[in-house]
Amino acid sequence: MMTLNLSADRSRYGLAAVLLSALVLLSGCGVNAIPTYEEQAKAAWSQVLNQYQRRADLIPNLIETVKGYAAHEKDVLTSVVEARAKATSVQIPADVLTDPKAFETFQQNQSELTSALSRLLAISENYPDLKANQNFLALQSQLEGTENRIAVARRDYIEAVRLYNTELRTVPGRWWAAFIYSDARPMQTFSIDAESRAVPKVSFD
Amino acid sequence: MTEANSMNGAMHAPMRPMTFGFRRLSAALLLLALVVVSQSGARAQDFPALTGRVVDEAHVLSSGTKAQLIEQLAAFEAKSSDQLVVATVRSTGESPIEPYANQLFRHWGLGQAGENNGVLLLVAIDDRKMRIEVGYGLEGILTDLLSRLIIENSMVPEFRAGNYEAGIRRGVDDIISVLEGNADELKARAERNAEKSRGQDTWGNVVFVLFVSFFVSIFGFSILASIFGKKLAPGRYKWLGIAVSYGGGASSGSAGSRGRSGRSGGGFSGGGGSSGGGGASGGW
Repeated sequence: MMTLNLSADRSRYGLAAVLLSALVLLSGCGVNAIPTYEEQAKAAWSQVLNQYQRRADLIPNLIETVKGYAAHEKDVLTSVVEARAKATSVQIPADVLTDPKAFETFQQNQSELTSALSRLLAISENYPDLKANQNFLALQSQLEGTENRIAVARRDYIEAVRLYNTELRTVPGRWWAAFIYSDARPMQTFSIDAESRAVPKVSFD
Repeated sequence: MTEANSMNGAMHAPMRPMTFGFRRLSAALLLLALVVVSQSGARAQDFPALTGRVVDEAHVLSSGTKAQLIEQLAAFEAKSSDQLVVATVRSTGESPIEPYANQLFRHWGLGQAGENNGVLLLVAIDDRKMRIEVGYGLEGILTDLLSRLIIENSMVPEFRAGNYEAGIRRGVDDIISVLEGNADELKARAERNAEKSRGQDTWGNVVFVLFVSFFVSIFGFSILASIFGKKLAPGRYKWLGIAVSYGGGASSGSAGSRGRSGRSGGGFSGGGGSSGGGGASGGW
């Protein structure tokens, strides 16, 4: 009697077994790979934004400190303030990662700020009093540390996007994208900007 | 009699497909092992191996100093769970010291996982550069400014005078004294990590054992059913009231688990921490 009942339930066991093995096989085939990589790339991007924000937050203090010693370096100070304003005032659109134009703008603004800041740190070498200031020393080391963190965050982001874009373009990720994730788009990644690619000019006049 | 016959049939009929399946499975496992090995080999790049708390690739430390440093660093980790590692190399190659230090830090996984409380003191002798790379978890204590002050005030003067050993010793002393600065926080961190590593390990093991035993029992049942079960039809057996059928199309699956590189037998290894580029660099 007992065995009879159980064998009547057989089809149900079979169904459960099929579903279970389908689940295991599917996740083995990488059905989850695209969303996983996408989330990782987004997290890496948040880290990039976070570090850029940290740099922007340091600037007002830095300007105040430098102004006290090198007030007549107006051009450099103004260019830093303006570059910071430009980089922070632009609203970053939600689809910045998949929109080449918005990404380009973001990168352009941040690299302008980078070069303005490096000019400011370069001229500060001319002011021994400024260099001896404890506050300036602290700000300078924080700024250097932040630039390094930006570099690390950018590298992590590039790597995360490389994994994600590769998954989108290769089989089986390509098939999954076509079947299920039709809204998945390749993400933009950082390139070396024109300014740092240019050969530095040296003149001795 | 018929029962015995069918038993005999059951004994012989599935034997061949079973051995065939076993061979395929072992081939798949071998392939998987090769893939895992080749992947871990590719990741190693040309970083020095983490042979201990002091990795003196540039050979600037005497064996006495090295032993003394190792003892000091081990005692500090025992107290605080912070992993401080000293590394010297001849050169960081084409990359600047900052990305090299960060990648080396992550490659070694210094600091406890989750806590990220590692510090790497890296010196590149031929490049005349040094860096203190600080894990995420210690950025608030060993700040960029303090790292820079340690480099500029304690290490650079000694390095300029050519006293590499003294420079490294003073750097390590300073880093430890900064990290020890807040004794309460230090003690809390050590306790937190002692608890966590114990808790995590047992739970991880329990889940792993349950998972494995689940799959083993399913496989085991289907094999035993063909041996002890009653034959219903060719390729179909019934045992303990559950019918098992062996379809024509063989389905294969493979599972592997990454080897856990935990602490083993007194050796030293990173706890799996990471760094986001905190710290400072300097040159002499």
